[in-house]
Amino acid sequence: MPRYTDVICSFCGTLCDDIEVSVEDNRIVDVKHACRIGTAKFLSSNDLEHRLLKPMVRKNGKLVEVSLEEAIERAAEILKNAVKPLLYGWSSTCCEAQSVGIELAEELGGVIDATVTVCHGPSVLAVHDAGYPGCTLGEVKNRADLIIYWGSNPMHGHPRHLSRYSIFPRGYFRERGQSDRELIVIDVRKTDTAKIANKFVRVNYGEDYELISALRKVVNGGELREESVAGVPKEEIIALAEKMMNCQFGVLFFGMGLTQSYGRHRNIDNAICLVRDLNVHTKFVMQPMRGHYNVVGFSEVLGWQAGFPYAVDFGRGFAWYNPGETTANDVLQRGECDAALVIASDPVSHFPRKSVEHLAKIPLVAIDIHPTPTTQIADVVIPSAIAGIEAEGTAYRMDSVPLRLRKVKEPPEGVLSDEEIMRRLLAKVRGEAPKLEVEAR
Amino acid sequence: MREVVLTPKEQPPYGLIAECISCDVFAGRSIEEIEALPVYYGNRQGKLGDFFDVAGEPADKAGELRIIIEGDVTKTRWIGRDMSAGEIVIKGSADMYVGAWMSGGRIVVEGDVGTFSGMQMRGGELHVKGSAGDYLGCSYRGEWRGMSGGRIVVEGNAGAEVGQNLNGGRIFVRGSVDTFAGVRMKKGLLVVGSAIDRVGAQMTGGAIVVLNGVQRLLPGFDPAGDVENPEIEGESFEGVFRKYTGDHAERNARGVLYIKV
Repeated sequence: MPRYTDVICSFCGTLCDDIEVSVEDNRIVDVKHACRIGTAKFLSSNDLEHRLLKPMVRKNGKLVEVSLEEAIERAAEILKNAVKPLLYGWSSTCCEAQSVGIELAEELGGVIDATVTVCHGPSVLAVHDAGYPGCTLGEVKNRADLIIYWGSNPMHGHPRHLSRYSIFPRGYFRERGQSDRELIVIDVRKTDTAKIANKFVRVNYGEDYELISALRKVVNGGELREESVAGVPKEEIIALAEKMMNCQFGVLFFGMGLTQSYGRHRNIDNAICLVRDLNVHTKFVMQPMRGHYNVVGFSEVLGWQAGFPYAVDFGRGFAWYNPGETTANDVLQRGECDAALVIASDPVSHFPRKSVEHLAKIPLVAIDIHPTPTTQIADVVIPSAIAGIEAEGTAYRMDSVPLRLRKVKEPPEGVLSDEEIMRRLLAKVRGEAPKLEVEAR
Repeated sequence: MREVVLTPKEQPPYGLIAECISCDVFAGRSIEEIEALPVYYGNRQGKLGDFFDVAGEPADKAGELRIIIEGDVTKTRWIGRDMSAGEIVIKGSADMYVGAWMSGGRIVVEGDVGTFSGMQMRGGELHVKGSAGDYLGCSYRGEWRGMSGGRIVVEGNAGAEVGQNLNGGRIFVRGSVDTFAGVRMKKGLLVVGSAIDRVGAQMTGGAIVVLNGVQRLLPGFDPAGDVENPEIEGESFEGVFRKYTGDHAERNARGVLYIKV
């Protein structure tokens, strides 16, 4: 029975790298160390009933099974004929597939965007304005004595984040682990992470920006006029600011509660400025709690291939970036794109209704591992192997550390990896035969 | 002044990039040459003549030319980009980036303008009789020096982040503005009718005047007494104004906020 150690879990941005997987007859029979979500993802690869296994093309309004060659030909035809194709998804696949996808977007003169646009896109905009005082998770583990989660609930979203990097582990300078550290949670409701925190600060819904401003005013030596800001009493704000200024190494982890609530990128902008202000007094860093396991990878790959982190329009032959114009939802809601390719994502479930309405009107190519509402309205469906379980690749952890995903079992018969599907699609669009080395792999 | 009249035909749904609609580009070109100027939509390139009927008398110098767009061009972007002289009159509404990087001349829009209009303007005037979208007179992503000169007047309302990173110049919005007006402002003057909240967030300089009240102020603003009929950045205002300084979330902030009582 083959047993794989140090397997990377390809579920969330924590990218745990200590998983042990046992495989018998191409079935995963045991998963050790992973959290419940990660374990479920590994075991789900056994369940062929809920997988996409055959390529499909819509004919007379119905999806019918076809050969891979035909599906790729139809997909290439849709994309080649489009004036403004949108290529969306990317966060739940490996960098190698993303890289070919970006090449395809450039070849087509299309718009490419990833799920960054609906999660930490605002953080990226704020980084443009204020910089990025970040660190690696290893530094947090070894040094941090004050940990703040703001608008993030890792107990549910990133279950092993607390035990691997932030609160519980023993680090080089934090030998006693949890008792050497303090956890503060700032959120609109008492989450399960808040329940284990040393201190929970309840902020009024949509008033995070005001609370950050108040903290900055105190950190910068100003005096608060109000008795309370954003529902937090003045004394509590002053005590919180002092705690932040007097720690040895503080880290602010922030999540969707900050990036997608009222204020969006300005919340992050202000939070980055708070961290900058705190560095006058002590060492302080911040870190976005990235969701999908390789959402950081997309920004890295697009960064080195096109110079921008997301939402790039190649329409004029060069990369043009301006979220608000080139982001997937803006392009869809204004009805600008006339074809779309969705890979490793399910926008029909998660996008606003107006975006989905346009997506339903235009020819759509979907590449995914299992049926989703997006594959159901698609005109071409191509099944793919699960990256990190059935295919190798590279993924970036939430702190931008690249890790190599491992292959532990074979994909279902005839199912290719995202990378190879993208290569074949690119070759078809260019009118070339697929390269032999790719065939052999 | 000579006039070139552009009558819009059908607009492509993909958005039309027509940065050639500028007096500087039209100057010294014949009607045929103007018709042949490149425009872009999606991954295609076309000619201005494909989407507009061009008529009138062209001029040799930009300053002697007025371009009139007869009707709505709600899918056309970048009108008057980088323009340094002359006049554009849009007798309808336009899409994003009207007058971006403009350094002189005048653009009058009788309808509305889209997001990012007047982006990083350096001079000239943009007059909008309707309403403006978000990011009026803003800076491009990551650029900390926004609009640095000129004047934007909007008779209707404007969206969020009006005058973001404002670094000189003047913006007047008669109606209401959405959140974060004058965010990260450094210099210049921003006058708005009414505002919701977060006015002057992270501002370090310049002045903001609110004529019809703001619903909520940031904790970074400290009151500095009342002033009567003040002169602010060379403009006179009538009435009693409550003066605030801020945003003191920033170190050494020297911004001033006036709210009419």
